[in-house]
Amino acid sequence: MRYLPLSDQDRGQMLAKIGVQSIDDLFIDVPEKARLSGTIHDLPNRASEMAVERHFKALAAKNIVAGEVPFFIGAGAYRHHVPASVDHIIQRGEFLTAYTPYQPEIAQGTLQMLFEFQTQVARMLGTDVANASMYDGSTACWEAISMARRITKKKKAILSSRVHPHYVSVAKTMARFTGDMVETSLPTLDRVADIERELLESIDDDTSCVVVQYPDILGNINDLTKIAHKAQQHKALLIAVVTEPVAMGAIKSPGEMGADIVVGEGQSIGVGLQFGGPYVGLFGCKAKYVRQMPGRLCGETVDADGKRGFVLTLSTREQHIRRDKATSNICTNSGLCALAFSVHMTLLGEKGLRDLAMVNHTKAVKAADRLTSIEGVEMVTGNFFNEFTLKLPTDARAIVQLLADQHILGGVSLGRLYPDSDGLDNGLVVAVTETVLDEDIETFANALEAIMSGDLS
Amino acid sequence: MNQRDLNQGRPSRIEGDIRATNDHKYSTYSGNKALMLEEPLIFEAGSLDKSGVDIDVITPDINRLGGLERNQTIGLPGLSESETVRHYTRLSRQNYAIDLGLFPLGSCTMKHNPRLNEKMARIAGFADIHPMQPISTVQGALELIDELAHWLKKLTGMPAVAMSPKAGAHGELCGILAIRAALEARGDAREVILVPESAHGTNPATAAFAGYRVEEIPATEGGRVDVAALEERLGPDVAGVMITNPNTCGLFEPDMRKISDLVHAAGGLVYCDGANFNAIVGRVRPGDLGIDAMHINLHKTFSTPHGGGGPGSGPVVLSEALAPYAPLPFVTKSKDYFTLIEEEQSTAVAGDTFGRMTAFHGQMGMFTRALSYIMSHGADGLKQVSEDAVLNANYILRSMDDVLDAPFGHSGPCMHEALFSDKGLADGFSTIDISKGLIDEGYHPMTMYFPLVVHGAMLVEPTETESKDAVDAFIGSFRNVVQKAIDGDNNLLQAPHFAPRARLDETSAARRPILVWNEPETAQAAE
Amino acid sequence: MIRYYTEDHEWIEVENDEATVGITDYAQGQLGDVVFVETPAAETILAKGDDAAVVESVKAASDVYAPVSGEVTDGNEALVDDPALVNNDPEGEGWFFKMKLTDTSELTALMDEDGYKEFIADL
Repeated sequence: MRYLPLSDQDRGQMLAKIGVQSIDDLFIDVPEKARLSGTIHDLPNRASEMAVERHFKALAAKNIVAGEVPFFIGAGAYRHHVPASVDHIIQRGEFLTAYTPYQPEIAQGTLQMLFEFQTQVARMLGTDVANASMYDGSTACWEAISMARRITKKKKAILSSRVHPHYVSVAKTMARFTGDMVETSLPTLDRVADIERELLESIDDDTSCVVVQYPDILGNINDLTKIAHKAQQHKALLIAVVTEPVAMGAIKSPGEMGADIVVGEGQSIGVGLQFGGPYVGLFGCKAKYVRQMPGRLCGETVDADGKRGFVLTLSTREQHIRRDKATSNICTNSGLCALAFSVHMTLLGEKGLRDLAMVNHTKAVKAADRLTSIEGVEMVTGNFFNEFTLKLPTDARAIVQLLADQHILGGVSLGRLYPDSDGLDNGLVVAVTETVLDEDIETFANALEAIMSGDLS
Repeated sequence: MNQRDLNQGRPSRIEGDIRATNDHKYSTYSGNKALMLEEPLIFEAGSLDKSGVDIDVITPDINRLGGLERNQTIGLPGLSESETVRHYTRLSRQNYAIDLGLFPLGSCTMKHNPRLNEKMARIAGFADIHPMQPISTVQGALELIDELAHWLKKLTGMPAVAMSPKAGAHGELCGILAIRAALEARGDAREVILVPESAHGTNPATAAFAGYRVEEIPATEGGRVDVAALEERLGPDVAGVMITNPNTCGLFEPDMRKISDLVHAAGGLVYCDGANFNAIVGRVRPGDLGIDAMHINLHKTFSTPHGGGGPGSGPVVLSEALAPYAPLPFVTKSKDYFTLIEEEQSTAVAGDTFGRMTAFHGQMGMFTRALSYIMSHGADGLKQVSEDAVLNANYILRSMDDVLDAPFGHSGPCMHEALFSDKGLADGFSTIDISKGLIDEGYHPMTMYFPLVVHGAMLVEPTETESKDAVDAFIGSFRNVVQKAIDGDNNLLQAPHFAPRARLDETSAARRPILVWNEPETAQAAE
Repeated sequence: MIRYYTEDHEWIEVENDEATVGITDYAQGQLGDVVFVETPAAETILAKGDDAAVVESVKAASDVYAPVSGEVTDGNEALVDDPALVNNDPEGEGWFFKMKLTDTSELTALMDEDGYKEFIADL
């Protein structure tokens, strides 16, 4: 077998050194009944590279590739162009096949990269500090809620109706077991809905945190200053969730508007869509809360020769030391995705990020204007970055499917995101990034028009 | 304070003052030493107007940002592509990696990462599909998840698997939440999870997170779960046990089946930590030992890359008793069409699910890699994997036990990792010195100071992807370093001598944490 | 003033019903360099054995338990800025908190200095 270097002769010599007759003698602790005599039946034996490749290509051919069709899907994961050098760097064996940098003398590459990543993330989100990454945005969001409970010693989290429903769902699942209270409601397609007032009114002295998404699930961007202020008055924390970090090149960061903790999904910079994972959770907060932060942290120090170096630090918060009193049970970060994020961010730089953000916004404005020019299509979103929500005259799920049948991936229906809410069925969330061509917008709009003029309603 | 907290002994500060650096008489202007290259931070090297990406800037006529434009400088320096590639390439050379040599990190299973897996994960049909695409456009992706699920169920002998957990600890959480949901469903509020004292820290952290009180069960002299003590403690308040098998001492728990039966008889459920599955894959099915849930670290047993600390992936196999409580979403198949069960169908199809653990469907990029690895090996190859992993570990155990104390070595073979203690080293020498000495020998050290039940523990896991020559070379180095520690060679106390950095001052790092870079002026002003 | 010791490596110095609590020299030596200390706020009511404070070194984090029951009157603020005090002067400047005892009879279960010395000699 190509990955197994021992020969039968090697095995024989090694068994002799150990002083046993056969390999079975090394498995004597396994009770007789649990030992398998041969190979597990019903499973095929080894396969060549060529055979594996053939099989994978056959499976892949059954999927529609985002990059090969007009593509407008967002809702928490965004398709951006990733420069070729990003993938080259993350495939270097010294990054790809390294372990968590617990031996800092021979892991400065990973550690310095993490220190750079933490700085980039903190600056983007507008926070004092950031950690070395989390599993993804949704788990980072829950960890933030849980951190707010530890800081405020209160258990009621208020989630805006426009936080990604999957994030809400993760929080509700976890809260059920930890005894936290999660208050939230469903969004509406009413353009003038004043969710800020609703949120402000719901904050009280029992509130541990208010969670808002920015830009939100419908694409809206709103000033967070008032909410931050009200939260502070009631000794609650403001947690902002960013699922599209490219937006940070165009709009104020949540930290600038007073958020105490900012979490995000970093996938959109450097990490591909990959059908949902692996992604990279971003987590930043005010410096005073750093000891309550979950996840790994990399810090600067010096070595015995006085040279600058980096180490994992404040690890007593973590499970391997704190065990049942750890801030979180998390044992890993998303190192390689953090590297991809950081390399892409370095390639962009401030100028590139700002330019990229404006291209996204401009294309989104163009698409919004074209799509709302279709009779019966209404704009739900107010101000937006690169994503907005349309109200169609009929159930958007059916329309999305008909578009997909024509190989147009035309957004995410709110019916899929909010299956239990009839009032949202006609909503369609559309994302537009730099990868969208003008003709894609035209193809999408024309197809939508054709479908709507048919007798679908 | 608990005595155990005090016994974790690991020096964290450089002894004495900063050491004299004149042991290298010849110095360079750059600070480099030939191929050992120093590299500044991007914040020191880059600039705000530099970019390695060409973007056709469009200036919009109007924007719809509602006056929320980000006007302040963000502070993100950029580099050209050539500088970027060089920056990260130079950084990469300061890392140890499996591609460079044997990586004997016990309980972490650092095996070779085949490049075919990388190639398969990058096929556009898997890498470039969105998690919210219509189900009809991702049939191949769902089929792949289903196929991997089939392998995992067969290899473990379990009827169901939850694929979405993002890493091992996330998988543990999934298993424990399923246990709690199942107990709650039968109206049985239990409060305690029993965990062996040798367990990995994630076990008690997970149980506590799920709202359970954690109680420890002692180990026997032989390093196994004390079954009598466990039986004694079982009762109506015990929700279940979390047991690692093979355990963290590198030993198989021969009484696992009995433990499962006892726990079940007392109304509890059995969680098995599958971190060490590599020792038994293809030879033993955990399902035959009566367990109810076990996570599988795809990044260990199934060779998806560790990537310098993630991403991982931790699918959880479940028994009939726990399967109904599996988290959303999951894949089902009817005729030849695959469906993703999300919240919408949940009440009808998965009424008992405990909920959702992550935004999307799990670590697809890890599923492709793991399946590529599993298919490459097949049922016969995987059996050979565990045999060779166990063979290599026992070979190291027997090649070292004349110079190093192997606390459980006398009682029989180990599984895929060999455990040693620091007994017998010269005064003032400990495990950390052996670790740092191995760095100078060109190796990543073994796992040190874990498990906590062994003083100065050294846990060595060679894995099956090392040749006999590679293992022999490692043994040579390991013996050399151990001998220095026995002889009291003071040079060892300052090791590593040849790494890009000498021992680092973790104490200062923790007392005054510097977690982000600040411009030097600002840093001084804050003094 | 009488000084008592616990098996959890805390010392408690008592004068009438007022006491000062800290961790022993042995404990700080085992912990290594202390990097962070969290002390209880005044007016915290503690039952004997409750988690009262947290002490962290690079490699370990440990709870400090209330050796006896009582109400906290003061936490040592100096430790927040200079946790090294615990290493440098564990049984003096490095004290953790002061408390008013509710039941001085609980003290009888504790060790005196000689008893503690014997206790750690056996570890």
